[in-house]
Amino acid sequence: MKAVEAMLNGSRRDCARLITQVENEHPKAKEILREIYPHTGTAHVVGITGPPGGGKSTLTTRLAEAFRAQNKRVGIVAVDPTSPFTGGAILGDRIRMKSLYEDEGVFIRSMGTRGHLGGLSKTTAGVVQILDAYGCDVIFVETVGVGQSEVEIVQNADTVLMVLVPGLGDDIQAIKAGVMEIGDLFIINKFDLDGAVRAKTEIEMMLATDQRRKAIPLVYPVTASMAGSNRAEGIEAVVEGIIKHRADSVENGQWDARRKAQVRNEILYFLRGELEAILKKELDRWELEKVYQRNQSPRERGEEILRTWIEEGRHGKKD
Amino acid sequence: MENWKKHLQTERKRWEETIVKKVTDRFPERKETFVTGSREPVERLYTPGEGDDQYLDEIGFPGQYPFTRGVQPTMYRGRLWTMRMYAGFATAEESNARYKYLVSQGSSGLSVAFDLPTQIGYDSDHALAAGEVGKVGVAIDSLADMERLFDGIPLDRVSTSMTINAPAAVLLAMYIAVAEKQGVSAGQLRGTIQNDILKEYIARGTYIYPTQPSMRLITDIFAYCSKEVPKWNTISISGYHIREAGATAAQEVGFTLADGIAYVEAALQAGLDIDEFGPRLSFFFNAHNDLLEEVSKYRAARRMWAKIMKERFKAENPKSMMMKFHTQTGGSTLTAQQPDNNIVRVTIQTLAAIFGGTQSLHTNSRDEALALPTEASVRIALRTQQIVAHESGVTQTVDPLAGSYYIESKTNQIEEEAFALIEKIDELGGAPRAIDLGFIQQAISDAAYAAQKDIESGEQIVVGVNQYQIEEEAPKDLLRVDPAVEIRQVKALHAMKADRDQTSVEEALKELKAVCQGTGNTMPAILKAVRTYATLGEISDVMRDVFGEYEQHVRL
Amino acid sequence: MRPIRVLVAKPGLDGHDRGAKVIARALRDAGMEVIYTGLRQTPEQIVRAAVDEDVDVVAMSILSGAHNHLLPQVAKGLKAEGVKDVLILGGGVIPDTDIPNLKTQGIEAVFTPGTTMETVVSYIRSNLKRDLRE
Repeated sequence: MKAVEAMLNGSRRDCARLITQVENEHPKAKEILREIYPHTGTAHVVGITGPPGGGKSTLTTRLAEAFRAQNKRVGIVAVDPTSPFTGGAILGDRIRMKSLYEDEGVFIRSMGTRGHLGGLSKTTAGVVQILDAYGCDVIFVETVGVGQSEVEIVQNADTVLMVLVPGLGDDIQAIKAGVMEIGDLFIINKFDLDGAVRAKTEIEMMLATDQRRKAIPLVYPVTASMAGSNRAEGIEAVVEGIIKHRADSVENGQWDARRKAQVRNEILYFLRGELEAILKKELDRWELEKVYQRNQSPRERGEEILRTWIEEGRHGKKD
Repeated sequence: MENWKKHLQTERKRWEETIVKKVTDRFPERKETFVTGSREPVERLYTPGEGDDQYLDEIGFPGQYPFTRGVQPTMYRGRLWTMRMYAGFATAEESNARYKYLVSQGSSGLSVAFDLPTQIGYDSDHALAAGEVGKVGVAIDSLADMERLFDGIPLDRVSTSMTINAPAAVLLAMYIAVAEKQGVSAGQLRGTIQNDILKEYIARGTYIYPTQPSMRLITDIFAYCSKEVPKWNTISISGYHIREAGATAAQEVGFTLADGIAYVEAALQAGLDIDEFGPRLSFFFNAHNDLLEEVSKYRAARRMWAKIMKERFKAENPKSMMMKFHTQTGGSTLTAQQPDNNIVRVTIQTLAAIFGGTQSLHTNSRDEALALPTEASVRIALRTQQIVAHESGVTQTVDPLAGSYYIESKTNQIEEEAFALIEKIDELGGAPRAIDLGFIQQAISDAAYAAQKDIESGEQIVVGVNQYQIEEEAPKDLLRVDPAVEIRQVKALHAMKADRDQTSVEEALKELKAVCQGTGNTMPAILKAVRTYATLGEISDVMRDVFGEYEQHVRL
Repeated sequence: MRPIRVLVAKPGLDGHDRGAKVIARALRDAGMEVIYTGLRQTPEQIVRAAVDEDVDVVAMSILSGAHNHLLPQVAKGLKAEGVKDVLILGGGVIPDTDIPNLKTQGIEAVFTPGTTMETVVSYIRSNLKRDLRE
């Protein structure tokens, strides 16, 4: 495909247009993703997540600046929620990224979730692949900070940054339930705020008592929004942490394991989608009156359908 | 007393159920609910209400705590308000001519509008200044421009207000330096600098530095002026732009006073004495079309500030508790359609400000929804104030609307709502933190969106815009700033730079940098730099380098 | 059909963003994806964002009087990047007499004070230069 070739040769505009097609699941998207796939796999994908108000965009900007200083090409995919009522969205992450605008080595793309739950959009993985093929060395994926449902980021990133801020005590309690285990690096942003030291201790204790973890992740205090003589602190340490996480996971086999799991997940995700469509059609062929009348349970009927479908092919049987 | 109130309630109910019902059954009211300009519900009728027995505590006498009825005992019977027309465009020479014209027409105070590059600390030759030089105000690059701006205007005899915030210290220093050259000492200078950075973050957008160093610059000015420029109002805490951005009347009061609280706290933390800087704090409010709501707003704000200063900050000097304020009629109420109608709107707004007891007033011109005002338009706007002052009779007695059941009830309601907002902001950790979280911005943008929806649904009629439209020709005679102004200004800047003593400029900037890096007061070093003809851009760059730049917080 | 993507930008130094924010919300509520850039954008920054975000519309709000200088630069910049299918709009305090000149320079519509949100929404819907199915 011409556009893919142009993108691989560095055309920014073609990169942007390919992203659009993939994001919209355009008929050509399949071909695009197939053609670029051999060119992917080199980028380090860093997921950035955490509750709203944590300064994720500002932190992403500072990290991007730091990687640019090392001459790395940076991609940023910033996901914001789509309104479930109108399908519209306001994508405002660029406001904090002004310092990156004029840098040729940074590509920023804003996306709406478009009805997908889990902190990402359905096509985020494909968009990341395009930026990977485009030649980005590091790709930051900033999720919608919804608190509980960001688990999906793990399936899409090599390294996950969990961004927290002091003064959200209750939130820390709330997120520890399902989300604390997904962070590879823990960042306490706005460390200049009151209660920062206590928040750090609390998080460290929480991590230390997590039985599932083999190694306790480090907690990085950061002031991403500071400027001038009070310049942002802690950013360099996070950059080192990100690089070290890659090196460590390559060494202990995590890197490979995670990437393989990602591939399996992607296939599984695809299969699930396709199967669901097939099964929906299948279901339409079946009589469900007994279930409606409460004479048979949905589960029971489901088992019958599945058994028939697997054993006898796709043709439904009407009772 | 209690019996009397009960009796009133019974009678009110009877009236609603008989007399009113009889009429409304046959002739329903025009709308189901009536609302104010801020979309607050309005009742059919107001009667003596709760709190009327607290007259002395809550309303009292003018010139006396809690100042609900005004800060001076005689108000406009003693002296009329200052008619202060905000003006400035193109170069210093052209603005100077406009000031002289305004003074000759009876304007009693100057009010300087700076262009955007000046307000954001860029010289006229900066890349970001391209296209903006001299557009919304006058371009000031150095002391040389400031000298031309006030040429022939005796600074010991006028009071000058300057709408300048992030670089307020630099422009004030330039003003002091010009006065020196005229032989006028700093102690004689009267005027105001806006110097209110928090509302820039919230609504107006001409910020430079992050919050902390900005607050330091502000308290540096407080400290310096209390010794050296004692008659100067060191800050004008502004609700004007908050309202323009879409806030309701109660939000305008609540957010502005929350900003005020933040400045007082910063000053106290810097070791200043509440009763030393308190009297130099001044405020700046908007005047919109809902006359009675606006009058109530000013009265509520005055009472609230008195309470805040006395109860929260334990001020003892009554002058610290007095809220003095400037008013400007609401720019966002002006329409581009049938622009002459704006004269009527401005008249209503002028009445609101005067019934509300303002200390000074700027009236907008009819053509400001189209461009900067022409001289003829500005004259009508000024005449509007003069007609209200001399012909309307509303100045003859103090706080003439007090005691109106509606006004007092509305005053109480705005106070209650605004205090609730302040409480919420306190919970979030104060105004700077609430801004950082986007809380204030979001509340304003919600209100703005709701207001726009009301206009589009026809719920709110705007004459000439969504009703009573006519076919109009494109208006003529608009003021245009010649693009050559930018070229001339840049040329003058380069000529000035070639002519000055470069070594003393560099030394002064170096010294300024050291002061900024430390904790000392920045004002003397800024004044020193200004005297060497270091430019506004050079001085601001030194501070940008040390302090960094603010990043916008938006919530939509 | 995919959603319309709009870049809402504030060129220049002007800080009055009430109009830009109201429009951003109205477009969102009309089902569009709105990329809001915040204040003080240079024409170069606006062009870059429009290209990377691959938007259908660039809508710029300006009240400072610098429109004659800044808006055409964005149109020129997009052209230089080879972008020809983006609808470029302006809004704000812009005198009627300036509008013909802006139009010849590639600003396809200019919305002045008093314009309804509905007008802007329907103008965008009926003047897109890209097929939303493509």
